[in-house]
Amino acid sequence: MPTPSRYWREIPQRYRLEANACKSCGIKFFPPRQICPECGNKELEPDKLAEKGKILTYTVIRVPPHQFVDQAPFAVGIVELEDGVKLTGQIVDCDFEDLKIGKEVKIEFRKISQEGESGILCYGYKFVPV
Amino acid sequence: MRDVAIIGIGMTKWGELWEKSLRDVFVESALLAVEESGVDKIDSMYIGSMSSGIFVGQEHIASLLADYMGVNPIPATRVESACASGGIALRQAFIEVASGMSDVVLAGGVEKMTDVDGYQATYALGTASDQEYEGYHGITFPGLYALIARAHMEKYGTTREQLAMVAVKNHHNGSLNPLAQFPFEVTVEAVLNSVMVADPLRILDCSPITDGAAAVVVCPAEMARTLGKPVIKITGSGHATDAIALSSRKDITWLEAVYQSGKKAFDMAGKSPKDIDIIEVHDCFTIAEICVLEALGFFEKGKGGQAVERGQTSMDGDIPVNPSGGLKSKGHPVGATGIAQIVEAVKQLRGEAEKRQVKDARIAMTQNMGGSGGSSVVHILERE
Repeated sequence: MPTPSRYWREIPQRYRLEANACKSCGIKFFPPRQICPECGNKELEPDKLAEKGKILTYTVIRVPPHQFVDQAPFAVGIVELEDGVKLTGQIVDCDFEDLKIGKEVKIEFRKISQEGESGILCYGYKFVPV
Repeated sequence: MRDVAIIGIGMTKWGELWEKSLRDVFVESALLAVEESGVDKIDSMYIGSMSSGIFVGQEHIASLLADYMGVNPIPATRVESACASGGIALRQAFIEVASGMSDVVLAGGVEKMTDVDGYQATYALGTASDQEYEGYHGITFPGLYALIARAHMEKYGTTREQLAMVAVKNHHNGSLNPLAQFPFEVTVEAVLNSVMVADPLRILDCSPITDGAAAVVVCPAEMARTLGKPVIKITGSGHATDAIALSSRKDITWLEAVYQSGKKAFDMAGKSPKDIDIIEVHDCFTIAEICVLEALGFFEKGKGGQAVERGQTSMDGDIPVNPSGGLKSKGHPVGATGIAQIVEAVKQLRGEAEKRQVKDARIAMTQNMGGSGGSSVVHILERE
């Protein structure tokens, strides 16, 4: 349940896919981190996610959380992007039977959920088969 | 460091206990443990509880429960690490006694989950995942384990039937446990035909929503030897963490925190998987039991499903896994689960497990997991 401040704070990642990368070992992080867990380096530079990748694993949620009731059933997967970053999100515009590990997808900006009639409209990234 | 032993255990029937409050259900088990231990006082207590704030709107429960046990003003501390809260409560009690800071410490766990509806319970459990980068997208806990299951099936050829066999085995064991929430058998067909929750996991792959508590009392082994009962020592304790977001892990099918916590416990006890007579593991979903057994080194990577199919994890197999019925059949009041695993291990080592007794069990292991593997705590218990 995002409050306005919480929702606003995450906008750079959800709307603009802002990541960062370790200046020492080059690994990219999403969401951005303050220290590289691989090498301990604290110097990281702003970066942006690749927008294409492949499905690593997926499921179809049939018993959803409350704010997703209207959307169920829906597919969720972990995608490995071309820059090596792995990311969890919904996979849309695709029949469930066509979901497959290894399937190529791209990131699109979509509505994720909404809090009733007058609450926050929550946006972010979803995966769409290429 | 002093040797530490478990001298008292307490647990009552688990289930949907509408007639009992959080404090009722905890105090009942805790008093049983104190009574059984024979001590006249405890020096401090640790309580594992994942989410009493969401489930019953009550925080600050360590002091509340100490009050209702009649033991104020002793120190009481709540421990939280999602579903591993109970196991870590025991570890804190172990450390406190081993260090010499206290002599008699109670470690308990409790969760009262049925005062809220299914959506609220799903939400509470979901808080163990990364809320901004997993929960935000609508994934549930069964969903996260479904992602692991799908990846495991693809990578290693684990079959849908093998997952079902974990539930069949644990329900068989649980049918012999009078304290279990669902003490009945299920068949592979029943699992495969049950309602789909998150493909490929069905409702009978999932542990239930449960009200329940469990408690144990620990003290120095030297003191335990004077009590005239079998001495059950804690010889190994390991605790480890991992990224709570599945997507942040190198291999989605591998539970690194389980491996690390197991290695620490094995090293401390000077033991390896072949030495273990029975093990209670965190089968919150059928796939979890398979991944945990691989990470602890009981079976090679990717071979856990085959091991279940061959009966190696059954009561008469190479390593009986979850003789209590596991989370699947016994129930899963999240904060209490880690302590209930210890209760079963102690019963097995004392020879008090009745119809589900594993013959000559002398060394037991427990593994309790938080979330989708973001934390894990392992203990090794030995009968002297």
